[in-house]
Amino acid sequence: MSDSEIERLISEDGIRCDGRRLDEIRPIKFQLGVLKNTDGSAYVEWGRTKILVGVMGPRESHPKHLALSDKARVEAYYRMASFSVEEWKSPAPSRREVELSKVIREALEPAIFVEFFPRTSIDIFIEVLQADGSTRCASISAASLALVDAGIPMRDLVASIAVGKVEGKLVLDVQDKEDKAGESDMPMAYMPSKNAVTLLQMDGQITHDEFMQSMELLKKGCMEVYKKQKEAIESHFKGAVSNQEEA
Amino acid sequence: MSQRIVPAVKRRQIIELSESGRRMDGRTLTDYREITIQTGLVEKAEGSALVSIGGTKVVAGIKFEVGDPFPDIPNEGVMQVGAEFVPFASPEFEPGKPDEVAVELARVVDRGLRESKVLDTTKLCLIPGKKVWIVHVDVYILDHCGNLIDTAALAALSAMLSASMPEACVEGDTVKLTGKRVPMPLTDIPINVTLAKIGNKLFVDPSLEEEEVLDCRFSVAFKENGMLCAIQKGESGYITPEEVLRAVEIAKDKSQEIRKKVVESLKLKSDKVGES
Amino acid sequence: MTTFFEPRQLVSPGTLLAEGNYQSGFNVYRDNGKYYASMVGLADIRNNVVSVIPLRGCYIPQPGDVVIGKVVECISTAWMLDIRSPYQGVLFASEFLSKPLNPLKEEARRYLDIGEMVVATVMAFDRTRNPSLTARDHGLGKIHRGTVIDVDFTRVPRIIGKKGSMITMLKKETGAQILVGQNGRVWISGKSRDEEAIIAEAIRKIEAEAHTSGLTDRVREFLVNRRR
Repeated sequence: MSDSEIERLISEDGIRCDGRRLDEIRPIKFQLGVLKNTDGSAYVEWGRTKILVGVMGPRESHPKHLALSDKARVEAYYRMASFSVEEWKSPAPSRREVELSKVIREALEPAIFVEFFPRTSIDIFIEVLQADGSTRCASISAASLALVDAGIPMRDLVASIAVGKVEGKLVLDVQDKEDKAGESDMPMAYMPSKNAVTLLQMDGQITHDEFMQSMELLKKGCMEVYKKQKEAIESHFKGAVSNQEEA
Repeated sequence: MSQRIVPAVKRRQIIELSESGRRMDGRTLTDYREITIQTGLVEKAEGSALVSIGGTKVVAGIKFEVGDPFPDIPNEGVMQVGAEFVPFASPEFEPGKPDEVAVELARVVDRGLRESKVLDTTKLCLIPGKKVWIVHVDVYILDHCGNLIDTAALAALSAMLSASMPEACVEGDTVKLTGKRVPMPLTDIPINVTLAKIGNKLFVDPSLEEEEVLDCRFSVAFKENGMLCAIQKGESGYITPEEVLRAVEIAKDKSQEIRKKVVESLKLKSDKVGES
Repeated sequence: MTTFFEPRQLVSPGTLLAEGNYQSGFNVYRDNGKYYASMVGLADIRNNVVSVIPLRGCYIPQPGDVVIGKVVECISTAWMLDIRSPYQGVLFASEFLSKPLNPLKEEARRYLDIGEMVVATVMAFDRTRNPSLTARDHGLGKIHRGTVIDVDFTRVPRIIGKKGSMITMLKKETGAQILVGQNGRVWISGKSRDEEAIIAEAIRKIEAEAHTSGLTDRVREFLVNRRR
């Protein structure tokens, strides 16, 4: 592995190891309505990251004593398939998966009109089939499309992306290699029409200036993801627009 | 805990009071409650600290053991952070395996310490690729009156700063303890600062009643040199990007204040050790 | 006062629809004087009311709706009905039987067993309690014969048609009894099982092609061809 130790992740002229510019996102492809047994679903290919999301609900809360009398109970289950990473991963949820499930839920819940569905549950099941960095961002972005597909009323779509610091430079949409070798990782989830940050995390070391630059870069990245989400909705439902008769 | 019913009257009260920059317990929006740090409480631990912020009490203990390194970093020691919620700390805590709240707490405390590189794990290798020091940092929540993250982070840090580790000598393939103690290889004093967003105001060091009505919480950790080393937004509300920038400004100032407090408290303690 | 959409434009949650002095209709919410879509659907404005005709979603009971429910639980003097909604319907014995039911002497299951289906009307619903149903009016009650199929509830208006045009055509062409529950369940009672199967197929076709024009004529043609 001595090769990879000397390998630079960013070239002299600011091109990253996968050919992207510093502020360029990977190719992202969202697809809605991919599962039959859920109320809503979405699939995303985000570079080599591949994630399937299914939404069940709103439905009667089980067990009943967990039901909330004033709003729907939202749960997210972020799980990585055992074969999704280099080494086999135990299917039992790790502490990382427990924490991510929590922050993903908290990133999506502000978008949902939970108060419309007291005593019900909305369950968001996330299965990471292949992980190549930014899985939480891809999960949140795809889950918000699965919620749209389920017809759950929402304030806005939640778009998410991460900024990393690699070899001293801020880069948008970190992939696995950059995440592992990078000096920091900062994912954000954002509802553009509400100007609302619903997830923000950071690990690594950045200066106050780099932090402020990251916030700008994150907003720009989220807007690009948001655009792709809208395009996916458009293409999934476009059949509904043409020649609709009065009902 | 995160999914409770918001006391609407209290929320209105807190928001309206905050318009004039005040809080229910008399603090301003940027005040911490009183912080106390007591180290060396648990003699059997290599380091320990009982920290309270207002009524919130957390005890942290450090234990060392010789163990196997992680395969991907064979020449470095291992730090493991755990959080336990003691049932008497809150009527909401239930005995049993740690739920997502405890898992998040442990991971946020872990991130603040780990990412600041406070512990130089390269100095904790005993036999490269075979034996290293494993450092257990465990925090026990004893009384929950709000802002567990800062209290737990401060307890973990104080316990580490007050710890001394066993001295080991390596003879061939065996590790022997000399029975002496040496200082831990620490390089920084990272401080975590948590704010709550309630309405359109930011509250430093939220109390329990403020936590009950908050929109979301925002935690950020700073190294001594002013660099940010961890961020966590929590709970199911949102914060605007402008508020995030403001929160970081406020937290930066507060982190310096608390670091000063830590240095003072621990110097006191180490002076005492020197006397005995 | 401005609107930001073409009539029947596809919108999704967060799409800004209007600003100014409007009213929010279905699937639209107001924030700071601005009106946004909360659901994927087609934007619409009528008499200053901005709304979104949903393309996805689940059935939420409204008083007066005729629904078709499936019995999932019998409690001493009531039945719980699955009405394809997040909320189960409650049918009290007094809203189903013409005489009082004494739970000490007889079981509710004798009259209406688990798995059976009922046509009922929603009497009241406010999301804090389960919707209460009644099956005592004319045309309501236990289903004894025929076929019941589940359809996408957002397609119900299309299956009924403008001023009932589609459903009237279906009944006229086939002579069958058809009842469309607002909750996305359709009861079909025809001369034979074959006949019912053809009607079910026609309804599937309406569901699949809901957003195309000239659908009533195409469905009529389909029925004529299939029954020849």
